[in-house]
Amino acid sequence: MSLIDEKDQVRTEEMLLNVGPQHPSTHGVFRLVVKISGETIIDAEPVIGYLHRGTEKLAEDLQYTQIIPYTDRLDYLAAMLNNYALCHTVEEALGLEIPERAEYLRVIVMELNRIASHLLFIGTYLLDLGAMSPFLYVFAERERIVQMFNEICGARLTYNYMRIGGLRWDAPPGWLDQVRAFVGHMREQLKMYDDLITGNEIFLNRVRGIGVYDTETALAHGMSGINLRCTGFEWDLRRKKPYSIYDRFDFEIPVGKNGDCFDRYYLHLLEMRESLKIVEQALDQIPESGPVLGKVPKLIRVPAGEYYSGIEGARGELGFYIVSDGKDKPYRMKIRKPSFVNLQLLPKLLRGQNMANLIAILGAVDIVLGEVDA
Amino acid sequence: MWHWEANPLNGPAVLGMIIGGVVILLMTLGVVTYSILWQRKLIGWIQWRIGPNRVGPLGLFQTIADVIKLLIKEDVIPEKSDRAMFLLAPIIAFVPSFTVLAVIPFSAHHVFTANAAIGALFYIALSAITIHGVMLGAWASNNKYSLIGGMRSAAMMVSYEIPLGLSIVGVVLMAGSINLNDIVEAQARSGWWNVVPQILGFIVFLIASTAELNRTPFDLAEAESELVAGYHTEYSGFRFAFFMLTEYVYLFAMAGLCATLYLGGWSGPFLPGWLWFAIKVFLYISFQFWLQATMPRMRIDQLMTFSWKVLLPLALVNLVLTAVIKAFV
Repeated sequence: MSLIDEKDQVRTEEMLLNVGPQHPSTHGVFRLVVKISGETIIDAEPVIGYLHRGTEKLAEDLQYTQIIPYTDRLDYLAAMLNNYALCHTVEEALGLEIPERAEYLRVIVMELNRIASHLLFIGTYLLDLGAMSPFLYVFAERERIVQMFNEICGARLTYNYMRIGGLRWDAPPGWLDQVRAFVGHMREQLKMYDDLITGNEIFLNRVRGIGVYDTETALAHGMSGINLRCTGFEWDLRRKKPYSIYDRFDFEIPVGKNGDCFDRYYLHLLEMRESLKIVEQALDQIPESGPVLGKVPKLIRVPAGEYYSGIEGARGELGFYIVSDGKDKPYRMKIRKPSFVNLQLLPKLLRGQNMANLIAILGAVDIVLGEVDA
Repeated sequence: MWHWEANPLNGPAVLGMIIGGVVILLMTLGVVTYSILWQRKLIGWIQWRIGPNRVGPLGLFQTIADVIKLLIKEDVIPEKSDRAMFLLAPIIAFVPSFTVLAVIPFSAHHVFTANAAIGALFYIALSAITIHGVMLGAWASNNKYSLIGGMRSAAMMVSYEIPLGLSIVGVVLMAGSINLNDIVEAQARSGWWNVVPQILGFIVFLIASTAELNRTPFDLAEAESELVAGYHTEYSGFRFAFFMLTEYVYLFAMAGLCATLYLGGWSGPFLPGWLWFAIKVFLYISFQFWLQATMPRMRIDQLMTFSWKVLLPLALVNLVLTAVIKAFV
């Protein structure tokens, strides 16, 4: 076999490269089969399912309250939001009244969890791009949030804190003061992240103008969350379809301009600021005391019918679709998983890019494999 | 200093050379051992961690424990690899890294290193051989990630050797000699170190040397988030240790070269020469670790553009300016 063909040109061949499932930058067990020519990607095919546990099927055999711990394991970086999404759907179906204090505590833990999740995004994204330190800095911040969650519900990652009709536990004494102290501390830290990362020339060169798509493409692929807002389209379910008590708070919805990786990174930073605003207002308005669990029947039977409600998760629209035949278990449950939907555009974005951009684009989608594979 | 051209090669001379080699090897291993520990400590402090502190007092034996671990690990040679080349590559990479130390003047009155008339050239020429070891190892591994890593490091090292060489030429013009000892002596005589008149060249040297050393933000060859471990993905045990050793010996050598060319080598007031040299080497090494803790990684195409369109013109401007000033002032 000769390396030179008849036309006196060096014979080249495309190479099939397996990125993952065991690869440092695929954030879990995600596999990407890329066809590369040199370092240019010609085609990419995502392979998912390595972490599939059949949550939707399992839920058919579980009572509604029993499903809550299973939702912890979907997007394990934002378990509070998953808890809420399920509880909210069932509460809507039952038409339950939630106590005021429980609503406020729910908002506080959800927004704190959103901050923790966004922090981890910034850390891992910078790690993907080769910067080590931010990863450790964000863990110091996240640790404080996780410690507070540990105090309020006894778990650091899989909280299982919410119940249909309210919460399992009230906040321990002094907990709200801890949150208030954290809000002040986090404001300063956010400024530090902005100074350390956003202005870095190397970082800007890596992410600006990379992985660009427009609003139509994003909408056509059903994207939501930051992946949609980075294109300049203002869509946040907390504002557009207010649930819980989000209509009582004053906050902005930051949107991007160019739809590139930089916008996606920067929106995470800006959203943390808005979340802090919400937490602060919630701390001011929360009733001093009161029940945290409303009047709920002992055995929860959802009336026959189909129910869907979506909330603004950390990664986009997180929704639970429940079909009930009037029993205490769902007949069928479907989870609208934002990571999974946002991942669809990936092969199109990767074509024509090089290996280094692959990491930058994949990282900016912000997937959690527990949610993608469910 | 060994003037071999003036002395005949006899028994005692050969013995002296061997002793000198062993002494430098031991010293280098000591420096490498503790610069790895210092790297982990310093980066730990920057990242709000403590760093290694379990093995021995203050973690002083951490690196030694790591080396022992690597030594007793299973030595895996992939079945589909080119066995001979796979075994040879770490040696090809390591030998030049140690050899270049022969021309670095550690102090004013030392006996263990050569007073070669072509010192700077010797360094550049030999350090270029290492890239063959890296390339061979990457290719022989028969691993796709290794191959990409090897390709990247070959492209990068070739591109950055040119600005590096040109920035050194500026210093050579200043001193009127390629001999590293003469360069230090010229700086000691003139009263100011080359970093002042050659500030542009110094900046080019600093950037290009970081790329030569394969360190952040130019650590593309072993970009772990993209290429798993780059060219040494398939290497394990002591062969892997050899690649790591090469990297850190070069760090020491490059620090020595930087101190010699720009920071006045062993010259300096009050303190003995070897201590001045050690301080300057320490500063350069610490600077590299600081960069590593702060910077993200560059992209390969940006890296090439940066080398050819920014660093090379800068180095040329520096060279022309130096030549003009030397000719007319």
